[in-house]
Amino acid sequence: MMLALELYRSLPRYVASKVVTKRLSGVSAGALTPLRLVNKDEPRVPRVPGWARVRPRLSGICGSDLGALYGGTSRYFSALVSMPFVPGHEVVGDLVDDCGDLPAGTRVVIDPVLTCAARGVESCESCAAGRTNRCDRVTVGHVSPGLQTGYCADTGGGWGGQLVAHSSQLHPVPDTLDDRQAVLVEPLACAVHTALRAQVPEGASVLVVGSGAVGLLTTLALRQLTPAGSLTVVAKHPAQRELARRFGASDVLAPSDVIGGVRRTTRAMRLDPEHDSPYLLGGVDITVDAAGSAHSLATALRTVRAGGKVVLSAMPPAGTDLSPVWFRELEVVGTYASAREEQLDGTTRSAFDIAMELAGSAPLTGLVGDAYPLHRWREALDHASSAGRLGTVKVAFDLRSKS
Amino acid sequence: MLEVDERTPPLVVHEGDSFRLEEFPLGTRVVYSPEMTPGIPDVEGAIRDALLKPVDDDPLPSQLFPGMRLTIAFDDISLPLPQMRAPDIRQRVLEQVLEMAAAAGVDDVELISANALHRRLTEAELKHIVGERVFRSFFRDGKLYNFDAEDKENVKHLGQTEKGEDVEISKRAAESDLLVYVNVNIVPMDGGHKSVAIGLASYNSLRHHHNSHTMVHSRSFMDKDHSAMHSSAWRMGRLVGEHVKVFQIETTLNSHSFPKPYDFLNRREWEWSIRDQGKVLAARRGLAVAPPAMRRKIFQGVRAPYALTGINAGAVEPVHDRTLDRVFRQQATEVDGQSDVLVLGVPFICPYNVNSVMNPILAACMGLGYMFNSYRGKPLVRKDGAVLLYHPVPYEFNQLHHPSYVDFFEEVLAESTDPATIEAKYEEQYATDPWYIHLYRTSHAYHGVHPFYMWYWIAHALDHVGEVVWIGGDRRAVRRMGHRSASTLPDALEMVSDTVGSSPSITYMHHPPMTMADVR
Ligand SMILES: [Zn+2]
Ligand SMILES: [Zn+2]
Repeated sequence: MMLALELYRSLPRYVASKVVTKRLSGVSAGALTPLRLVNKDEPRVPRVPGWARVRPRLSGICGSDLGALYGGTSRYFSALVSMPFVPGHEVVGDLVDDCGDLPAGTRVVIDPVLTCAARGVESCESCAAGRTNRCDRVTVGHVSPGLQTGYCADTGGGWGGQLVAHSSQLHPVPDTLDDRQAVLVEPLACAVHTALRAQVPEGASVLVVGSGAVGLLTTLALRQLTPAGSLTVVAKHPAQRELARRFGASDVLAPSDVIGGVRRTTRAMRLDPEHDSPYLLGGVDITVDAAGSAHSLATALRTVRAGGKVVLSAMPPAGTDLSPVWFRELEVVGTYASAREEQLDGTTRSAFDIAMELAGSAPLTGLVGDAYPLHRWREALDHASSAGRLGTVKVAFDLRSKS
Repeated sequence: MLEVDERTPPLVVHEGDSFRLEEFPLGTRVVYSPEMTPGIPDVEGAIRDALLKPVDDDPLPSQLFPGMRLTIAFDDISLPLPQMRAPDIRQRVLEQVLEMAAAAGVDDVELISANALHRRLTEAELKHIVGERVFRSFFRDGKLYNFDAEDKENVKHLGQTEKGEDVEISKRAAESDLLVYVNVNIVPMDGGHKSVAIGLASYNSLRHHHNSHTMVHSRSFMDKDHSAMHSSAWRMGRLVGEHVKVFQIETTLNSHSFPKPYDFLNRREWEWSIRDQGKVLAARRGLAVAPPAMRRKIFQGVRAPYALTGINAGAVEPVHDRTLDRVFRQQATEVDGQSDVLVLGVPFICPYNVNSVMNPILAACMGLGYMFNSYRGKPLVRKDGAVLLYHPVPYEFNQLHHPSYVDFFEEVLAESTDPATIEAKYEEQYATDPWYIHLYRTSHAYHGVHPFYMWYWIAHALDHVGEVVWIGGDRRAVRRMGHRSASTLPDALEMVSDTVGSSPSITYMHHPPMTMADVR
């Protein structure tokens, strides 16, 4: 038996109930969270080669987790998960079994995407091409539906004492990275993927909307891996502003001053429509929505120049006004998770390898704040929900801690 | 001047769209404007006299001939404050000039509001200044218009002064056979060569004197002989004079700023009758319950019953000397020495928020630009002393009139409040921003560079005083400007006691109307 947090209600039912929770305060909504701390059986290793048990050390709380818990997630995803599941896909842990060429005891991080390889089915077109994050088979095969570890009823997740993972998901962690750096490798791999997917031309101006973990790590990746020129970050809190600069932002704007600030630097024209937020004619070459709120996405769509690119790096909100996409002929680019084969400087590497390297050199110390034991989950989620205000970038569970 | 003693009643202190009655510490010196000068009874006659018997110049009719190009420029809505009850003095002067032009068979006439980088006036505002008849005859044909400093086709570079300053003014004005300028003088800063050389100039020309260095070296703006800005304008004005004949008409008004029911504000508190005291109470009660928008409307709606005290026409410099004489006769008050603390009540209006909100930068400009600089000799407050200003300093901007002010406040002041630093880093960017230029040219927005000028305006005060405290000011807005805020006068005095001691000498300058302090 193991201790784990379990999302127990069916997602469709939950999505229906979110209408109710939305009207309640944060605290009472938290009480309605369909999450519970349980003692349950460890997940079973599928009786096929390549699977092994992993004991998590640290497991991060991702914005998409909060979305699922607090009801920000679209119904679209209800067909991509199986209930009940143990959340947690930002995991650093120890291998319990030998797995492929990795001996038991190896410290690993997990690429959470449950691809054709993990599911034991013939590779789909995307997987065959190394674009594993675009896998078409995430609902079939040896394990229950689940786009990722952390959304699948069979594999367990990082918010439990043990999970199972496939060798295709495992990446050994070098000794030079401590656990708190390593737990950031998964979100950093996503940021690497975003930066490369944005295909930033030499000297292009980029605006990153949001400076939570996604925004900050994306900023880091854009600065390190692309020839972006001006890199402006929208940051609300003082600690975020400082980090954004540390991670390579050339400019930081307060949310209240984004339209104004982008307008000034790009010398754009500003329009103020009736009963709607202002927007620009002109603007930056590329915007990245790294917050996934209705407001952040609207900002990204309204500050990009005609013919520019809008990159969705956070899970987008439902129901967005796409008028700017049409009128400004925008390119909208989604970036989900990370790929096994990324193109960087003419070579092909996995986003995790690139992220592992970045994590070794980037100023990541201090980003993972307090790590909570599982039984203090309400506190942890509360902290994660207001992390920016509290000066924290990433809140994590410490699976080895009892208090 | 009055010294506060036990029998002194509470004194009126303006604070934006309201005023309060304040009990000042015993011994506070109160500087009042001199008694209201009586007006000229026969205004039309005085105007005619000035045009027919100009100073150092030929009578206006003899300078008018058929086939000539005549351009008439006039001061914009930034003067006088509050706006003048109809008919505006400019209307009365314009009508006579136009009558003389018509009699001489002149038919190529254009009228230009000399708004430099100020916002364009609306049709209604133009109409209020020039009057119904002139408006109707000229506006529809495009012969009455706002100056457009960004219309590159229609500004003309006339050369450089001996100090290398570019002189670039309205092409129409520069290429006229005669340029008549109709001025209203409410403060000694205005008029003279400032009228044409600044009122009709482009940014390219203005940047030579509207900069932090010149402004910190202008002591004061109200004393043209000690103002670096004026020296520059005078050099430019003389160069303009080499290209176009200027016929300057300057008018002065008395200090009758408030009509009924606010006419008690024109009188000194101890002269208030029982009736006046009743009006004070009623006004205070009314303002206290009125929502801010209504308070603003009440004050912006004030039309002052000013009377004309003098009119001079002819050659720019001798005309201006006579104007200044009269302005100082109305406004100058002798003050014996400086004090540790200067108290100012910032009223609801300044030259740049007519029919609009007085945003924090404009409140600072009014208090630390205009009112602080209302001196000749030396400032009313000693070096490193304290200035206490009454104003709510609302964190509020009018997007229509002041779009670049919002950005200036959010972006520039957030980074630095030092005039020289922000000038070097941001002025050019704001001055050439296509969006601000577009709004200046086609909407009713101040030019992008205007907030910089307002900030440079206060550079001399910031350089001179040690402490600036706003009584009743919005803390966030005040902090952004690098100042402090207090809720009451005793609190403010407590806050500055480290600088000026616990029993400082205090001077309260009673505004409005404008007063010029001759500090001995
Ligand atoms: Zn995630
Ligand atoms: Zn696949």
